[in-house]
Amino acid sequence: MREPLETRAIALEALTSDPLTIAAAAKSQPKELSSLKLENWHAYLDSDGCAWVIADRKGSSANTLSTPVLKELDVILGGLEAISPKAVIFRSAKKSGFIMGAEISEFSNMVESTAVKAVLDRGLALLDRIEKLPAPTIAAIHGYCLGGGLELALACNYRIITDDARLGFPEVQLGLHPGLGGTWRTLRMVDPDVGIEMMLTGRSLYARQAKKMGLVDTVTQERHMASAIEWARKGKLKTDHTLSTKGVAMNLGPARPLIAGQMEKQTAKKARREHYPAPYAMIDLWRQHGGDWKEMRRAESESFARLITSETSQNLVRVFFLREELKAAAKGKEAKIKHVHVIGAGVMGGDIAAWSALSGYRVTLQDMKPEFIAPAMKRAQKLFTRKLRAPGEARAAMDRLIPDLAGDGIAKADLIIEAVTEKPEIKQLVYSQCEARMKRSAILATNTSSLLLETLAAGLKAPKRFCGIHFFNPVAKMPLVELVSHEGLDKQTLNRATKWIADIGKLPLQVKSAPGFLVNRALTPYLMEAFIAYGEGVKPEVIDAAAEDFGMPMGPIELADRVGLDVALHAAASMKKQIGGTFPQIPDWFKKKVAAGDIGRKSGKGIYAYDENGKVQKEETDERADDGLQDRLILPMLNACVACLADGIVESAELTDGGIIFGTGFAPFRGGPMHYIEKRGANEIHSKLEALAEQYGPRFKPHKGWKTLL
Amino acid sequence: MLASRGRPVYIVDGARTPLLKARKGPGPFTPVDLAVEAGRALLLRQSFEPDQFDEVILGCVNVHADEVNPGRVAALRLGCGAEVPGWTVQRNCASGMQSIDTGFRTIADGDGDLILAGGTEALSHAPLLFSDDASRWFAEMFAAKSAAEKLQALAKVKPGHFAPSIGILRGLKDPVVKLSMGQTAEKLAHLYGVTRQDADAYSIRSHDRLAKAQSSGHLEEMNPIIAGNGEVYDHDDGVRAGNTVEKLGKLKPAFEKPFGQVTPGNSSQISDGGCWTILASEDAVKKYKLKPMARIIDSEWAACDPAVMGFGPVISSTPLLNRHGLKRTDIGAWEINEAFAAQVLACLRAWEDADFCRDILGLEKAFGAINQDALNIDGGAIALGHPVGTSGNRITLHLIHAARRLSARYGIATECIGGGMGGAMLLEIL
Repeated sequence: MREPLETRAIALEALTSDPLTIAAAAKSQPKELSSLKLENWHAYLDSDGCAWVIADRKGSSANTLSTPVLKELDVILGGLEAISPKAVIFRSAKKSGFIMGAEISEFSNMVESTAVKAVLDRGLALLDRIEKLPAPTIAAIHGYCLGGGLELALACNYRIITDDARLGFPEVQLGLHPGLGGTWRTLRMVDPDVGIEMMLTGRSLYARQAKKMGLVDTVTQERHMASAIEWARKGKLKTDHTLSTKGVAMNLGPARPLIAGQMEKQTAKKARREHYPAPYAMIDLWRQHGGDWKEMRRAESESFARLITSETSQNLVRVFFLREELKAAAKGKEAKIKHVHVIGAGVMGGDIAAWSALSGYRVTLQDMKPEFIAPAMKRAQKLFTRKLRAPGEARAAMDRLIPDLAGDGIAKADLIIEAVTEKPEIKQLVYSQCEARMKRSAILATNTSSLLLETLAAGLKAPKRFCGIHFFNPVAKMPLVELVSHEGLDKQTLNRATKWIADIGKLPLQVKSAPGFLVNRALTPYLMEAFIAYGEGVKPEVIDAAAEDFGMPMGPIELADRVGLDVALHAAASMKKQIGGTFPQIPDWFKKKVAAGDIGRKSGKGIYAYDENGKVQKEETDERADDGLQDRLILPMLNACVACLADGIVESAELTDGGIIFGTGFAPFRGGPMHYIEKRGANEIHSKLEALAEQYGPRFKPHKGWKTLL
Repeated sequence: MLASRGRPVYIVDGARTPLLKARKGPGPFTPVDLAVEAGRALLLRQSFEPDQFDEVILGCVNVHADEVNPGRVAALRLGCGAEVPGWTVQRNCASGMQSIDTGFRTIADGDGDLILAGGTEALSHAPLLFSDDASRWFAEMFAAKSAAEKLQALAKVKPGHFAPSIGILRGLKDPVVKLSMGQTAEKLAHLYGVTRQDADAYSIRSHDRLAKAQSSGHLEEMNPIIAGNGEVYDHDDGVRAGNTVEKLGKLKPAFEKPFGQVTPGNSSQISDGGCWTILASEDAVKKYKLKPMARIIDSEWAACDPAVMGFGPVISSTPLLNRHGLKRTDIGAWEINEAFAAQVLACLRAWEDADFCRDILGLEKAFGAINQDALNIDGGAIALGHPVGTSGNRITLHLIHAARRLSARYGIATECIGGGMGGAMLLEIL
């Protein structure tokens, strides 16, 4: 009987990762460096006379290029210019990686373009000084190196990266493109097709990809970093900072408009110019100035300043912070969860189990028959193969995901998630079986989307450890998870569940038990209105286009088809039952359609038809909806958000916005429903709702919560 | 209570995968995949965590090139953690019994308290092998540096180089006496006059018994595999119930054409599968509140000429009983691995043969007939298949379930081992 010792296991584990290579400071230091007062960097000479400039931002686990950080870099460069080191090596002392990019919190104030340009000019000047240092400059990169961090690295002569490094320009996600020389410094040594694609998608490249496209000089392991640096400073490291013949040709005047046109077409499939101008601005930048790096440098600053001061970018920055705010709920909390047991291997249960196993947990997936679990295992294998590329990792995740016909996982689990059919009596039966076997310290959670926690908690022996952990479909794609509380829930369970949701890479949103919680409460009226319009004879393509024009990633009809009309009907029916009153009547044709088995994509036919690959068959139509339709769809959602906020189901307007964006995909560039109300004007929307109520009926009646907004 | 060696050792639990008949090409699972599938649900239902094992011992004959020490790879993949040693034992057809025996002796000697002992095999993955001549040629090719050298080496290639032989066939041929295992069964049949009809009838009984066990839910040690390809493997798929002597009689001999009598129909099947047992000391039983299923009293390994390896069960079980003063009739349940129907039948006849028992077993008279209703009551390798590294583990585990149904106190699991050996485990059922 082995007595596992946790401290030893941790110590053993620590041996498996290479310690960071950072040379020690030589005993005597030039006063140009030793006299500097630095809080966010270390700068010194090693015994070989090489300067080490190490980013180590105070009070943070990651480096960003905040104003104080850049100010210190300025004085360090002054010191380096005054002495002549043999080489200058840029590194990070943080485990998380090199430099994560700009300090985004500083973006919110960037509303005036001349001020923005001044900031950019200062930054550009710093990177120019790095480029002009006479000694070889080497960026020695591990982990994440993003945005401004990558721009700094691109100003060096050499980029040496470890095989775990991830490089990229995520600016596009904030409605921007690189602004500190990233565009032209990349494109002067990388072919435009791959270089621009990297900036358009915002994707972080793996080390091998970065090497292949010529963004870095070599990929190595951390344990060989000292040798690689030595090779670089002695000129032994082979570099090729030139474009391929193809790349040179692409940059020529006649080719650029053609290629740029292609890129715009590709981009249009993902994002519309009127909603997301940044990728188009990036393409324009290259179309007009590709090959002329001096001009591109000037235009980059102008274009960046234009973008960052735009409403789209400011809203996307807001969305970035909404995400941070949701994550912050888990800060300082402990999950103490190692084993997750999921009961019910349907689409939701199976995918929750797979996601948990993907995140590193031992997971048991319980159902009554092997045949019920098999499709979930198949989907899990697909997910793991897609997400886990390192050799053996996908198989390890499959090994962690254990089919459990006997329910033995109940006794081992620290978290049990019930995802069985939405019938209280069946769920309660499951709970009584769980309570008989589960650990005292384990959490019992339900993935219910339509039942009230109070109903389900009735009859529980220990309701204090029972909560709702509500995922959205598809689990792998939807970032939000609603954490549903109720009167009897204790703080500790709530905290642990919050932390667990964050630990699996999702965004926890605490909501009170109420019909539909937040997300479905807001989404259902929107879907219902789409059904009603469809019942009136509006083409589904026209309805979906109206919502997509607003910026929804997918129209309501297609969304309902994808989620399943049966699921949508069940959600609507239970909400009608729970809310009653002004909730719209469920159309008869809708009930009949579900009864006939036309339940959407999964059955091959819903409101749309689907081909054998599940691709939607939409009719081409020139018909456009009038503006009224868009409001008919969107306003009920806003009305429900106001209701949730007023009823205290969700704590704040910010959290409402975060919840709706990350739980439904609500047009991110609009900054969220509450933000949209504020921007468009609560009074205007309120009177519009009243007008709609007049025209279509009481389902549009504004909730009393509007009063505080008017 | 019969004295055992050292401290008492218990089998507290065990589980296996379904045995999957090798059909066309490699099956979906490697040996370690099968070991993982056999072990996951088993470890899940224990009151202790997998990192509390003292060690993991796994029997496996045909090791996959990507998992050279399947015991350690399986331990890691089963979540035993970095610190549990895992290793692999190989005694050909008895590898899965060897792991139990090694675990048994380790615990009995006080060197461990909790051991996971298993057997696994994916015969469908047995490699294609190239001849030594071909290997030499490959080596020369790789060593060649200049283009001229490469050309020279290339010129030496002979067509025969690319005729691979099937690893499993070479593995089933004894390298000393140059007889295939099927031929050793032919010899035994001849010695004791086992007819083709006898063998075919025995084979049909094995299939029928397995089919009945399947429909009655008597294979409780089996856990289905729910694979990442979305397939469910929930039964031993080699079973063919309701065959007749006439139908089986039509099959051609597999080893000694045209007069031989050992056919694919009365031989064990080539299959994939994995099995584990959990062995525990008294201390471990107390600490983790385990429920012992059986106590391992003793084991025996014996050897004879490889040409008559099929007598392995007789030469190993008999001294084991004698050592503990047990009579044939004290053994209420038998599992004799069915390498070949003729081989099992020849063993039974040898036990009834006074000369054999006197000359070879040193008994005064014939050992006697074994009660057929206590022997392989749920069928054997002829119906289930014989993944060589797995079978010894499987029959030891299944013996416990069979003996419980027969209300037997003592049981023997025994098998013949290619190369001329026999192994036997004596259990007291609890």
